[in-house]
Amino acid sequence: MMYRDHQLTEDGKLKHFLSIEGLNKTLLTEILDLAESFTSLADHGRAVKKVPLLRGKTITNLFFENSTRTRTTFELAAKRLSADVLNLNISTSATSKGESLLDTLRNLEAMHCDMFVVRHASSGAAHFIANHCAPHISVINAGDGSHSHPTQAMLDMLTIRQHKSDFTPLRVAIVGDILHSRVARSQILALNTLGVTEVRVIAPRTLLPYDARSLGVHVFTDLHEGIEDVDVIIMLRLQKERMTGALLPSEHEYFNLYGLTEDKLHLAKPDVIVMHPGPINRGVEMDSAVADGKHSVILEQVSNGIAIRMAVMSICLGSRPEHQRREETA
Amino acid sequence: MSSTNQSISIINGRLIDPANQIDDMLDLHISQGHILAIGEKPSGFEAEKLIDATGRIICPGLIDLSARLREPGFEPKGTIASETRAAAYSGITTLVTLPDTNPVIDTPAVMELIRRRAKQSAHARVLCLGALTKNLNGKELSEMAALQNAGCVAVTNAGKPLGNTLIERRALEYASTFGIKVFIKPEDRHLRNDGCVHEGIISSRLGLPGYPEAAETVAVARDIALAEATGAHIHFQCISTAKSVNKINRACHDGINLTVDVAAHQLHLTEMDADDFNTLCHVDPPFRTLRDREALRQAVATGSIQAICSDHQPHEPDAKDHPFPDSETGISALETLLPLTLKLVDEKVLDLPTAIARLTIGPATIANLPFGRLDQGRTADVCIFDPDSHWQLNANEMISHGRNTPFANWEFRGKVTQTLFEGRITYDLDTQHERQ
Repeated sequence: MMYRDHQLTEDGKLKHFLSIEGLNKTLLTEILDLAESFTSLADHGRAVKKVPLLRGKTITNLFFENSTRTRTTFELAAKRLSADVLNLNISTSATSKGESLLDTLRNLEAMHCDMFVVRHASSGAAHFIANHCAPHISVINAGDGSHSHPTQAMLDMLTIRQHKSDFTPLRVAIVGDILHSRVARSQILALNTLGVTEVRVIAPRTLLPYDARSLGVHVFTDLHEGIEDVDVIIMLRLQKERMTGALLPSEHEYFNLYGLTEDKLHLAKPDVIVMHPGPINRGVEMDSAVADGKHSVILEQVSNGIAIRMAVMSICLGSRPEHQRREETA
Repeated sequence: MSSTNQSISIINGRLIDPANQIDDMLDLHISQGHILAIGEKPSGFEAEKLIDATGRIICPGLIDLSARLREPGFEPKGTIASETRAAAYSGITTLVTLPDTNPVIDTPAVMELIRRRAKQSAHARVLCLGALTKNLNGKELSEMAALQNAGCVAVTNAGKPLGNTLIERRALEYASTFGIKVFIKPEDRHLRNDGCVHEGIISSRLGLPGYPEAAETVAVARDIALAEATGAHIHFQCISTAKSVNKINRACHDGINLTVDVAAHQLHLTEMDADDFNTLCHVDPPFRTLRDREALRQAVATGSIQAICSDHQPHEPDAKDHPFPDSETGISALETLLPLTLKLVDEKVLDLPTAIARLTIGPATIANLPFGRLDQGRTADVCIFDPDSHWQLNANEMISHGRNTPFANWEFRGKVTQTLFEGRITYDLDTQHERQ
């Protein structure tokens, strides 16, 4: 398939980071290992948290959808690598003036950027941009529609690895709005590539995609059955606009059936970890006792987010030798 | 190209005219724009032009029941002149165009404009589907009787939603008052929602909004019930699912008057082709499963589907240069209508006369047109093609304004060599070669 090749160079190195699909275990492990080495940068009260790996490079955060949290972690990651950062929120301004996505791209290319970090409401937007931008530019997908959010999935993998060391024996349950979740799609691909024993998804049928099993998961509609003996529980964020209406009757009923509480947590392995991509709706996806409890690793996910994004940025930009880039720009 | 009405004899070819069940080595003689004789040359007749069709098929000019020519209103995508030229190049002599132009074809004046442009270009006959509702707004009925008097083939809302089922019922009743056929592309817009690919394993994997099978079958069931209740004649356009075919077959068996067509591309591609976010495969209705494709092919072979159309929708390149859900739908399809249909013959889905029937007498019968057959005395619309000529589609060399085709670089067998429209040669591959 076309795009699988498009994120890799001919010698199999990462050029863009668009989707977990098509990436092998070695590549994912390389990202995790490098990210692990970056996590120590922020530790032990180090005075200088920066490394000069991307000095002189310009990274543009190209956000067609509002997001403060994700954009901030990308910005911080770029700055810790000593890159220059440009933040552009194009959510409505450019398109309402009739400028097409391609026109926007051409304008930004003219500013000699090295990397686009892209978030867009349409599935496939990051692939589209990677296929159409100048050859020296790397594209990182920061979330496209319901398709893919690979850096989020990788920071979750890093968090799991820090607690469980080996992926092989793990059973992982993902709970919530699978249908609309780019995070879930990327997590499922990453977990299966890293070789876990079982990935489960748990949701009412209105929030499950067509033939969810085809994604490589076991499907549960009952939370109690679904989290039995699992090592990791990933709770997905439920968007406010989906809490009432034709998908779900109410947040109250959702919490009763699919909300994670300390009681239900006993069904999982004793050393289960609980994750959430944030921000949490307390009392909807889980209660505060779980969110702040001893099984929760939610804040670790946030700090791992910076390390993963540093790793992906430096791998993508490092995969291209300096002289080759100049030739292509010329 | 000749613009005078010279007399022509087409000799040494295999003449296939499904309407008259002819498949034989017969010559065709044309005079004054009409068919003078089939077989023996009439005594005293000497054609001014001889076309040697040795090794070639002579059949009626093709009829396309669904072709958007984009004029008036969307000329950057195509014009009547550009698209009728593409039609002539493709053996098509009659194009039925849809009313979703700007202005909409909801008055005789717009039809007159189109007729004049078509006459100027003179490459193919352009017939109109009139709007079912004013400005296709789905609320107020159009002046259908006036449109009928002005010569519209049928009426349709061109895939735009009708406000509710009561309006649909009234529209069907009113149309049937005057015996006007209603063309419907069946779609339940609520079930469709923002779907852009078949709701299936690809939509699940890529996170693209799914366009469920039920969005079509629910509409088909509703439309059948209303056809039964009102006695209106419905023609279903661009069917995409196996279940729709089943429902329509059962209704026909119950005596309800229904006809069906399918777009040629639906007989070849499936949901898998959109797998790499290929916007050229963004079509409406979407490509379905392999099972659906097989059922559609069978229905074409058995005659449950009576016509194959192109569902031609030319676009400027920008229209497809967007992320998949934001790109415009449709394929520039005139130039692949015959090649894709002949591919079905190669793949042993149907025989050659049946394939030709689905492009000639099939659509002619649906739209009640006096074309698509080669009787003596009829208007001489003729397509001649070399069934053994192998070629590859080069999108950059397409005649249509729109180069938006997922079939670029496909290998085809069978190439149009001449097209005659009203007895005039509108395309001639042989003289093109001579010029080069």
